[in-house]
Amino acid sequence: MNDPWLPQQAVVMEKVMETPDVATLSLKLADTAAHQRFRFDCGQFNMLYLFGLGEVPISIMDLRQGLVQHTIRAVGRISRKLVALEPGANLGLRGPFGNSWPIEEARGRDLVFITAGLGCAPVIAAIRRVIAARPDYRRLVIMQGVKHREDLLWQEQYERWREVPDCQVLLAASEEKQAPFAWSLGMVTTLIDKARFDVNNCTVMMCGPEPMIRASMHGLEAVGVGLENCFVSLERNMQCAVGLCGHCQMGTPFICREGPIFRVPDIRQWFLLEGY
Amino acid sequence: MQQSAFLPHQALAQLFDVLQRDGYTVVGPTAEQGAILYRQLDSVDQLPVGLVDHQAPGRYRLEQQAHGRYFDWVGTAQGLKPWLFTPEQPLMVAREVEGGLRFESVHENVPPTAVIGVRGCDLAALALQDKHFLQGEYPDPHYSTRREQLLLIAVNCHRSAATCFCVSTGDGPEVTGGADMVLDELDQGFWVRATSPRGSALLARLPTRPLPGWHKRRSKTLRKRARVQQRALPSRDLRTPLYQARDDETLWQSVADRCLTCGNCAAVCPTCFCSRVDEESPLDGGQSTQVRRWDTCFNDEHSYLVGHVVRKSAVHKYRQWLTHKLAIWHDQYDRSGCTGCGRCITWCPVGIDIVEEVQRLCTEVKAQEPHE
Ligand SMILES: Cc1cc2nc3c(=O)[nH]c(=O)nc-3n(C[C@H](O)[C@H](O)[C@H](O)COP(=O)(O)OP(=O)(O)OC[C@H]3O[C@@H](n4cnc5c(N)ncnc54)[C@H](O)[C@@H]3O)c2cc1C
Ligand code: SF4
Ligand code: SF4
Ligand code: FES
Repeated sequence: MNDPWLPQQAVVMEKVMETPDVATLSLKLADTAAHQRFRFDCGQFNMLYLFGLGEVPISIMDLRQGLVQHTIRAVGRISRKLVALEPGANLGLRGPFGNSWPIEEARGRDLVFITAGLGCAPVIAAIRRVIAARPDYRRLVIMQGVKHREDLLWQEQYERWREVPDCQVLLAASEEKQAPFAWSLGMVTTLIDKARFDVNNCTVMMCGPEPMIRASMHGLEAVGVGLENCFVSLERNMQCAVGLCGHCQMGTPFICREGPIFRVPDIRQWFLLEGY
Repeated sequence: MQQSAFLPHQALAQLFDVLQRDGYTVVGPTAEQGAILYRQLDSVDQLPVGLVDHQAPGRYRLEQQAHGRYFDWVGTAQGLKPWLFTPEQPLMVAREVEGGLRFESVHENVPPTAVIGVRGCDLAALALQDKHFLQGEYPDPHYSTRREQLLLIAVNCHRSAATCFCVSTGDGPEVTGGADMVLDELDQGFWVRATSPRGSALLARLPTRPLPGWHKRRSKTLRKRARVQQRALPSRDLRTPLYQARDDETLWQSVADRCLTCGNCAAVCPTCFCSRVDEESPLDGGQSTQVRRWDTCFNDEHSYLVGHVVRKSAVHKYRQWLTHKLAIWHDQYDRSGCTGCGRCITWCPVGIDIVEEVQRLCTEVKAQEPHE
C-alpha cells in the first residue's frame, strides 16, 4: 500500500518576492525520477511541509522549466516561514491533489476568469494553457481585483495578455482613490458589466475570497450567465488532503477530493449557507 | 465443517487459551472506573461477570447482579474505534540529514487481535469506518494494518439500555454481519455460531457440546426482549427533514443553548472519523514527527481558515454534527452515520439526546410546511 502520509523531499531552486509578503517558490523534487514524473492539472494543489512546523495546502501556480511553482502569501505560522525560505532550502511535498479547471471541456467556448487577491494563482496555469491553444477557444476575458494597484502580481503578465487576440483584460482596485490608467475602481464584480462575452456559450472560472465569489455569482446571473457554466475553487481547513481527516468537508463534498473546483450548482446549497 | 455448537460457561477460558496459543492478543470488555471498556485481557476473570449497565441521558452506572453471565451489559464507553483509528497515531518522521530532509513512513507491528463481546452496532460502525478509511482513493495504512489483524467474536444483545435505538437504525440488537463468530449467552453457556472460515477453524478447536435443543427458542425470547427499546429515530433516511431544518438556524437555537460544544458526542461516536495532524519536535532537534489525533467539528480549529472560523457558534457546530451524521452521511457513504448505539446520549455532560432533537426538528419542520 502506498503511504499517503509520506512527503517527498523538495528543494527551493528559485525564489521571487512578488510583493513584500508574497513569494513564488520554484521547487525541484530531490528524487530525479520523481521530479521528471511530476505532472499536474491546472487547479490542483500540493501539501507543502516544513520541518518542525507542519504542512499547508498550496495551489500549483505552474510547472515551468521543469520546476514546480507555488505562489504563497505570508499570513500565519507556516506560510510566513515558507515565504522566508531561500534557494537551497529543503521542504516536503505531497501531491498533486484535487481536481482541475474544466479547460478541456470548455473548448469552443468563451472563457471568463474572475479572480481576486491571491485567487489568481490557481488560474495562471489554466490561462497560459488556453493562450497556448488560442484557436481552440473563442473570446477570453480575464478579470482580477486587488485592493491597491501595487498588490497586483504579475503586472507584466497581465499587460502581455492584453496583446493576445480577442482577449480582454480587466483590472479593478478597490482601495485606490483614483483609477490607474486602464483600471477600474471598485470590486472585481464591477467589471462583469464591462466584460464582453457570449453569455450563452461561455465557461466562467472563479477564485478568491468567498464574499467576492457570492457577489460574482449574483453579477453573472444578472447578465444572464447560467450558473451551470460557472466553476469555483474553494478552500477549507485541510489536515490531510487525502479524504481522511474530515476537516475540508463543505456539506457533502470533501474539498480535497471532490474539489477544490466545483460547478457552482453542485456546491451552491452549502456555499450560500453560513456555517458549512 | 461444524458451524454451530454449545460452549459451556466454564469452557470460555479455553477460548482465551486457544486464542492466546495462536498468538492472538485478546481484547474484551472489562469494568474500569465505573464503566465497561474494551481492554487487552489476560484471562477470562477480567470479564465483567454479573455486571449490568444502566444508561440514561448524561448517565452511566454499573450494577452488580447475582447471575454469572459475562455479557449482560449492553454498551461499552467506546466501541471498536480506538483499536483501529487510534486516538493518537504517528504518521511520518522527518529527519534533518546531510544534504536535506529524510522522510520515513511509520509502520506498526500489530499482533493478531481477537475482540470478544462486540455488538451489532459495533460491527455496523466498523463497516462504516472501513468505508471511510479503506475504500477511498487513499486508504489509510495505519487503520489497514490494524484492521487486517482483527478477529471478531460478537455477542447478540439480550438487553437494551434506555439509550439504545439500534432497532430503528437496523444495526442491532442482533449481529447482522461482519463477525467471525457470534454468541448468544444462555444460562449455562453459549450458543456459538461460526460465521467465517476463521470462525469455523476456531470453533473446531473449542471443547463444545451438542446443542441442547432449547437454545433456539430461548435465544429468540431473549433477543425479542432486547428489541423493545425506548427510543427510535423517525426513519433511516432523514435527509428530507434535516436538509429543510438545516436552512433555518432558529430551529437549532434551543439545543445550542444547552450544548457545551465539548465534542464528547463525537469522541464516543463509533463512526466519527475526524482528526487533526500535529507536529511534534523534541527540543534537541534533528527529528520531527507528525501525529494524528482525534478531532471533532465542535472545535474552532476544525473549521479555521486564516482570519476566520467557519463554524464558530454552537448552532453551527451542533448543526454540522447532526446533519453530517444523519443526512450528509447518506450522500457520502450511502447510509446514515448513526448505528443507534446511544453513546452520544449517555456521555453528553448535559444529556442532550440526539433522538429527541431529531424528533423535535422533524416536528418543527413539518409545522412550517404550508397547509393545503
Ligand atoms: C486548496 C487550497 C489551495 C490554496 N492555495 C494557496 C496558494 O496558492 N497560496 C497561498 O498563499 N495560500 C493558499 N491556500 C491557503 C493556505 O493553505 C493558507 O494560507 C495556509 O494554510 C495558512 O497556514 P499558516 O500556518 O500560515 O496560517 P495559520 O493562521 O497559522 O493557520 C493554522 C493552520 O490552519 C490551517 N489553515 C489556515 N488557513 C487555511 C486555509 N485558507 N486553507 C486551508 N487550511 C488553512 C492550516 O492547517 C494552518 O497550518 C490554499 C488553501 C487551500 C485549501
Ligand atoms: S450518533 Fe450517537 S447513537 Fe449514533 S452511532 Fe454515534 S454515538 Fe451512537
Ligand atoms: S460529525 Fe463532526 S466530528 Fe463526526 S465525522 Fe462529522 S464532521 Fe467529523
Ligand atoms: S483535507 Fe483531510 S479530508 Fe480533505
